Amino acid sequence: MEYNGGSVIAMVGKDCVAIASDLRFGNQALGIASNFQRIFPVTDRTYVGLAGLGTDVTTLRERFRYRVNMYTIKEERDIEPQTFAHLVSSTLYEHRFGPYFVEPVIAGLENTSSGSKPFIAAADLIGCLNFAKDFVVAGTASSKLYGLAEGLWEPDLGPEDLFETISQTLLNGVDRDAFSGWGAVVHVITKDRVVTRTLKGRMD
Amino acid sequence: MASAEGGAYSYSLTVFSPSGKLVQIEHALAAVSQGTTSLGIKASNGIVIATEKKSSSILIDDSMIEKVAVVCPNIGIVYSGMGPDFRILIARARKSAQAYWKVYGEYPPTKVLTQEIATVMQQATQSGGVRPFGVSLLVAGWDIHRGPSLYQVDPSGSFWAWKASAIGKNMVNAKTFLEKRYNDDISLEDAIHTALLTLKEGFEGQMTEKTIEIGVVTVPTVEELQAETRGGGTGRPRPTFRKLSEEEVKDYLAL
Repeated sequence: MEYNGGSVIAMVGKDCVAIASDLRFGNQALGIASNFQRIFPVTDRTYVGLAGLGTDVTTLRERFRYRVNMYTIKEERDIEPQTFAHLVSSTLYEHRFGPYFVEPVIAGLENTSSGSKPFIAAADLIGCLNFAKDFVVAGTASSKLYGLAEGLWEPDLGPEDLFETISQTLLNGVDRDAFSGWGAVVHVITKDRVVTRTLKGRMD
Repeated sequence: MASAEGGAYSYSLTVFSPSGKLVQIEHALAAVSQGTTSLGIKASNGIVIATEKKSSSILIDDSMIEKVAVVCPNIGIVYSGMGPDFRILIARARKSAQAYWKVYGEYPPTKVLTQEIATVMQQATQSGGVRPFGVSLLVAGWDIHRGPSLYQVDPSGSFWAWKASAIGKNMVNAKTFLEKRYNDDISLEDAIHTALLTLKEGFEGQMTEKTIEIGVVTVPTVEELQAETRGGGTGRPRPTFRKLSEEEVKDYLAL
């Protein structure tokens, strides 16, 4: 997990969710790149972030793309975030004794009979799911992100306030971690659109 | 050689006859049409599947015979044709449903499970050393995306969605009867009575709670859906498919 570094966080708001990560790709303490995307769209309203070993992030992204595409064709509909979370979990657990070194974070809006409902989840490297009501964190700065999120997050934040909360949590969290940082990307998912913003961060 | 009925083409399963038929599949369909009548009706608020349960001797303990089978909490199947073949298919269907649950944390939609069963049945028409399944199935289920749906699967592996259908002995008569009786906004209660009435048409002997099996799909209300605890909870989903008990069948027959 510390080999390439990197952190992901997701938060629930009022009728919206946000998912964010840093952009650093390192070789232990040496920074290599500041443009490493580790958050990927799964559907229009579901995103997945993969913190951990860079090569496994890329491999798993392709694996999930394959399995989600097969699902979409077979079921003739988009996968729901909760179903996708289970898919992630079972994919990782298939490799229980030689795991992918990633900690996935899933954020999306669930389709329900009464509109849409925010959904977030995180898993460990063998797919143990954590369905949280407030926020989830993953990656090398996770311990710092927990502290900040516990202090800054509050229930029922609108999209703009949620963006501010998640951005401050992430930027200040990664500043206290040598393996994360070098800029950040934030996605705020609402029912009609997804707003993606790239943030500058400290380069030290 | 082999000129009794289908000529030289009747034994090899995987060879087309010059007229483009696979004769063994036609024979399988013949086996189905000798089986007891089963039928399914889709109502506005659910589905009913029903079948005639007939035993060749009064000495048989018919409480052990099961012709309507639960696959998973949201899907049930009834068959016409060969009982042993049905048992195999049910075992496969149940396995498939549990495998789906293991990956996605929910039970399969009716269409996906039907496709899975149809694939198994198709494979039996193209593989060496096997014969086609001697059954037609009616698959009834409910899922959140498509609501209640009713499918028929044939020995060839083809499947269709129906509003109402009948298979087995008297299927032609039963279908004609259903065509006359069916309308789109029939209620589940009415559908159950129509099902019993249709079975009665071709019934040999007495229709009792011992000789009829009924399964119903009920559509959960919005409140029931919201009360459902998925993921975190230990609870299984509330079943949307269930078999009617002998007492319930008796009550429907009395009306």
